Amino acid sequence: MIRLIALRELRSLYAMPSTWFVLAVLQFIFAWFFLARLEAFLEIQPQLAQLANPPGVTLTVAAPLFYTAALLLMMLVPMFTMRLIAEERRNQTLALLLSAPLSGRHIVLGKFAGLLCFLLILIVSLPLMLYTLALGTSLDHGLLLANCIGLLLLTASYVALGMYISALTTQPVIAAIGALAVLVGLWLADIGAAAADSPWHLLSPLHHFQNFNAGLLDGADVAFFVLFTTFFLLLTMKRLHNNRVYG
Amino acid sequence: MRMHILGYIQLNLQLQPPLTLSNTTPEITLSARNLSRRFGSRQVIYDVTLELKRGEVLGLLGHNGAGKSTTLQMLTGCLLPDSGEIEICGFDLRKRSTLAKAHLGYLPETPPLYRELCVHDYLTFAARLRGVESSAVPAALTQTLQRCGLDSVRQKIISTLSKGYQQRVGIAQAIIHNPAVIVLDEPTVGLDPTQIRDIRTLIRELGEAHSVILSTHLLNEVESVCDRVEIMQHGRLIYGDSSVRMQHYGQVSGFIISLRHPPALSELEAIPGVSRVEQLSPEQFRVFHDQDDNPGSLLLSMAAQQGWQLEQLTPLRTTLEDVFVKITGDETVKTGEIR
Repeated sequence: MIRLIALRELRSLYAMPSTWFVLAVLQFIFAWFFLARLEAFLEIQPQLAQLANPPGVTLTVAAPLFYTAALLLMMLVPMFTMRLIAEERRNQTLALLLSAPLSGRHIVLGKFAGLLCFLLILIVSLPLMLYTLALGTSLDHGLLLANCIGLLLLTASYVALGMYISALTTQPVIAAIGALAVLVGLWLADIGAAAADSPWHLLSPLHHFQNFNAGLLDGADVAFFVLFTTFFLLLTMKRLHNNRVYG
Repeated sequence: MRMHILGYIQLNLQLQPPLTLSNTTPEITLSARNLSRRFGSRQVIYDVTLELKRGEVLGLLGHNGAGKSTTLQMLTGCLLPDSGEIEICGFDLRKRSTLAKAHLGYLPETPPLYRELCVHDYLTFAARLRGVESSAVPAALTQTLQRCGLDSVRQKIISTLSKGYQQRVGIAQAIIHNPAVIVLDEPTVGLDPTQIRDIRTLIRELGEAHSVILSTHLLNEVESVCDRVEIMQHGRLIYGDSSVRMQHYGQVSGFIISLRHPPALSELEAIPGVSRVEQLSPEQFRVFHDQDDNPGSLLLSMAAQQGWQLEQLTPLRTTLEDVFVKITGDETVKTGEIR
């Protein structure tokens, strides 16, 4: 059932021209940024070579590229999550799911998995692009893997949060703006807090991504993302149940 | 009160013979007991009790805002009742919701369509969602497309279809898994007359093997489709009976006469066979008589003899509109009195 709903979500996404447009534009931005970083790296390479322990191509090209992707996804994920439940409610298709023999858990997890699969297709282009560098040089596979895992966990947390906000309203636009406000708010709180031990850092998903970005796989960061995602998925299930209670 | 109202009812269902379920006692597919529901401080449904048997089409009739859609939402699990129980094919909708909902097909007021999908994909999704095995989907799909007259549009994107076709797709998703109970919320709204006729034929057909409950504010829909009627007003079921009983009780015998030189009311009442006379206008009367004792010919001859100059004699026919207005009107007066 979860698979069925996920597939339906994917099919609907691919049936819309706007999805393809966003995919194309995003690939273009990624590619542009990748090439710009590569060019900068080639320019400073002679100077880097003089250092005792120079940073490699993976750290100078891949890490910033992943960080840019993380920032872009923060802006972009709300555009996709806004539809998840708010639009079902507005188009009154939610009744189809609510009257079908499945629980709120199936609906929420199905939608979550569907959108995450879609974003995965989008993200997968990053390592593919980076692995073209392997033709001419050797890459730091560990750093790339940590970044991939980090970006995946980060995206999952964005989707969970966005879906919860989408479940709160009937208007997709409000869901998008709401999710964007929360995500940007968390990010600003993170970069705005001066003290290194400020609790605001702990709340921000992007802050926890920084360790992955530097190639550090920390259990605490993984736990944060898993808890963050689970928390909002559970809230969404609760909200969907309340839909039956309060109408 | 029921008996009093029944006297005024006449339903034109002669064309449809009452369903014969002679060998087996009709199985109850849906039962709802004492449902009530409030939205905030406003109570919208009061103590609604419904029962539906296999092979029965039940019409839920009422004004706009009477609580029909809310009741149907509760029956399909889209809304939880504040109190009361719902059972579908013996499964409690709250406690064993998955089992109960597997026997349910629901078309809400707005058909729940994913407009970006094509008809074929959408119905496949609906079938799988309702628990049809993937191996059985093609057969179910073919049958449903054919039943709802959607064969020609199966590859079209739903958003490009006309409203009538979209409504049909909505009905198709409700019946594709062959459910025991089909709940249709205003299924013919916004359709053209031919489509309405097709959909009604389809509903009649469905009503033979399944139980159908449909809400409507169209009285002729009830006349042409339903076996049984429940009338809802202000969140209460104020009247309910089978159309067969209605027909039985609904023989109102009488006629309307217009006389250019009418006699006194008492003179008309004195005619043998006449039970009651109401004066509608100075020249127009409504004459009631017993069913087996028609004073029509006597009245004609008397009119000729006494020079009343008969202009019109029309047999009395109570339309469903009259009955509906009468029932809902009576109830308003009653509740008004209580207050």
